[in-house]
Amino acid sequence: MLDSIKDFASEFFVTGDPLILGAQVSIAIAMVAILFVLSYFKKWGWLWREWLTTVDHKKIGIMYIICSILMLFRGGVDALLMRLQLAMPEMQFLEAEHYNQIFTTHGVIMILFMAMPLMFGLFNIVVPLQIGARDVAYPFLNALSFWLFFWGAMLFNVSFVIGGSPDAGWLAYPPLSGLTHSPGVGQNFYIWGIQISGIGSLATGINFIVTILKMRAPGMTLMKMPMFTWSVFSSCIIIIFAFPILTVTLALLFLDRFLGTHFFTLDAGGNPMMYINLIWMWGHPEVYIVVLPAFGIFSEIAATFSKKKLFGYKSMVFAMISISVFSFFTWAHHFFTMGSGADVNAFFAVTTMAIAIPTGVKVFNWLFTMFRGRITFTTPMMWMIAFIPCFVIGGMTGVLLSVAPADFQFHNSYFLIAHFHQVLIGGVAFGYFAGLYYWWPKMFGFKLNEHLGKWAFWFWNIGFYVCFMPQYVLGLDGMTRRMYTYDFDMGWGPLNLVSTIGGFMMGIGFIFQVWQIAYSIKKNQKDVTGDPWNGRTLEWSIPSPAPLYNFATLPQVEAVDDWWEKKQKREQGIAPPPAPPLEPIHMPKNSGIPFIKSLLWFFVGFGFVWGWLWMAIPALIGVGICMLVRQFSYDTDYYIPVSEVQKAEAQARGAAL
Amino acid sequence: MAHATATAHTGEHAHGHDHEHEHESMKTFGFWLFLITDCILFGTLFATYVVLRGNTSGGPTPAELFEMPGIIAETFILLTSSFTSGLAVLAMNRGRKNQLIGWLAVTALLGAAFIALEMLEFVNMVHEGATIATSAFLSSFFVLVGTHGLHVSLGLIWMIGLMLQLRKRGITPVTKRKVDVICLYWHFLDVVWIFVFTVVYLMGVM
Repeated sequence: MLDSIKDFASEFFVTGDPLILGAQVSIAIAMVAILFVLSYFKKWGWLWREWLTTVDHKKIGIMYIICSILMLFRGGVDALLMRLQLAMPEMQFLEAEHYNQIFTTHGVIMILFMAMPLMFGLFNIVVPLQIGARDVAYPFLNALSFWLFFWGAMLFNVSFVIGGSPDAGWLAYPPLSGLTHSPGVGQNFYIWGIQISGIGSLATGINFIVTILKMRAPGMTLMKMPMFTWSVFSSCIIIIFAFPILTVTLALLFLDRFLGTHFFTLDAGGNPMMYINLIWMWGHPEVYIVVLPAFGIFSEIAATFSKKKLFGYKSMVFAMISISVFSFFTWAHHFFTMGSGADVNAFFAVTTMAIAIPTGVKVFNWLFTMFRGRITFTTPMMWMIAFIPCFVIGGMTGVLLSVAPADFQFHNSYFLIAHFHQVLIGGVAFGYFAGLYYWWPKMFGFKLNEHLGKWAFWFWNIGFYVCFMPQYVLGLDGMTRRMYTYDFDMGWGPLNLVSTIGGFMMGIGFIFQVWQIAYSIKKNQKDVTGDPWNGRTLEWSIPSPAPLYNFATLPQVEAVDDWWEKKQKREQGIAPPPAPPLEPIHMPKNSGIPFIKSLLWFFVGFGFVWGWLWMAIPALIGVGICMLVRQFSYDTDYYIPVSEVQKAEAQARGAAL
Repeated sequence: MAHATATAHTGEHAHGHDHEHEHESMKTFGFWLFLITDCILFGTLFATYVVLRGNTSGGPTPAELFEMPGIIAETFILLTSSFTSGLAVLAMNRGRKNQLIGWLAVTALLGAAFIALEMLEFVNMVHEGATIATSAFLSSFFVLVGTHGLHVSLGLIWMIGLMLQLRKRGITPVTKRKVDVICLYWHFLDVVWIFVFTVVYLMGVM
């Protein structure tokens, strides 16, 4: 009996690695501490009522952002472990298998569990406020999306202490990720973690398209929408076309592993290349999904801090929409070396070069927005300015990679690694940091400390170039990706050491950011205006943090940058039209179903990971019951009476005076 | 005072009613977007099937396997159920609750008959030794056709739930939207089946 428990435990828990043992112990301690604090301060009811059951887009956005910062920490630690292992030739820090697991989880976490939730967090907080809406189109579905993401991420992360992490790369190409070559449960965690959160992402895509098309304030025509909202719209269009492909691809891979089907196996007619095509049909649009909102953020910031209208609004819209279409026609450039022939390679090389054109248009738009503007160097603006050269270099190395014959040389080398980190850090991470600094006062009612922010900015930026510029050279010198060690005589030692130093500088930048957040919370210098940056769009016309119902009366929009125009008119002494009388506000009720249903999905996933049908099937039935309960509930919303709105407004405005 | 409360109340009611219509039409719009995503999902499965269908790996080929009389019966049953779901909507638009529930019941029964025939077909294939793990062709066949069958089955549970709600609540803006949406879904599955019938079965035996 005892022996069988021991056997089970040694298979169930990851054992034998001191690093992971340390993590297991610290996870256990942290969990006990959280449970203790919640019970000691009697916060369980508060947690359930205020957060776990909330359908308020602002709170959901905050939860997304908290999770993504935690994931940034985890993905960042993975990165530093890899850089330590590569710092010198023949390092003995990580074993080969452990190294494989770390580069796999680093990639998955940074793209799917860090960039995506940070992006969804900003969508949630900003879009309804920018378009003058009181919530998203489907608040219940929005909560469900968040909790599916959350439990999917948990399922993926738990693999590191239970069962073992996936180790077949961030896109898990078969046959390596198939049952023959990866017999452990790691790949199952990969499939189910991403699958569950991916369904949430798909729902968010639908939700925001409807929100943007149907819930804009009166007078806000499509061509009067703020640019960030446009970028969200084009990103969501890509989401609804790309994510179903991912759902199918992962499902087929799982069937190969679970039922012995032959989609991507090497025998019985399976075709692994089919997987690589399918995964990149999702994977390439995915990078545009995460980068387009960053472009939107930069557009808002450039206009606000140059005190000028965005240059070339229409060309910007056109560029974004054309990127969302073009992004579906470039996927094969990820495997020019597959041998699909000169014609196919030429087609995808040309489309890849062509997609650089709308992106280039945008760079000129931002530059001309700043040109002759009155620029203030706040932290969001500094990230914006740093982004431009970084992204231009990253974009140009991308065009180099798109040249199919040259790609045979660059393929899978550190040149590629440097390229995509440059566009993903320089574009996406810088963009979301800028957005986080910019909208932070709207979320919490206070600004982040600028002084510490500048320290973080310089460490990140200098660290970035120190880390990745050497990698271009290493790639040209023949260093390929995913190798866990190398010989002295390759001559790659010095540049790798420099690169590692750069990685740690970015780590210090992150520490400064954490310090900055903690410091600013402690200081809590309340922003009483609701408009600390002298903003241009509607979200700055209401108090910070926004009241539950966002807008007491829906604004009447007349122009692009409507709030700015209204402020200008007020300065010229033109009185604003009298506000219409308050009306009761229709709001959705909180619901525990999204949380419970997603938790059940976690158990469905966990059951299938281990092949425990006794767990998966009841949990799946539970999911079905949750859906029926929701279908039968009609009492899902309520009205906030006028008197309460008046009270809340007086309080918020009172604080503003 | 009492008068003021009364007007405030009717005002709120009228406002709420207006809002409800808007709300329901927004939900229908979202469902159209969901159908787009479902379309992509089936598109991916069709692409996989087309790529892999020649890879029979020494196992049975489509021409050896498919028995067309059963398939044609399934097809006509599903097409008829799409027609009866249309009749249900017509009954709803005329405000006839019992007729609406009746046509939905006929639709659900036809859907159940379709599923039963499909399961019979699958069981026969497995008995002949053509399982999901036999070859890449059969893997992609079972998953494509099975995903359609799963959609129909979920639609059945959904439809039964909706009939219970209609019995209790009658035709309201909310239940009306729900009927519209499930009929959209049902027609969509019908269209997908026409592609399954053509690409999988007809092109398989020809």
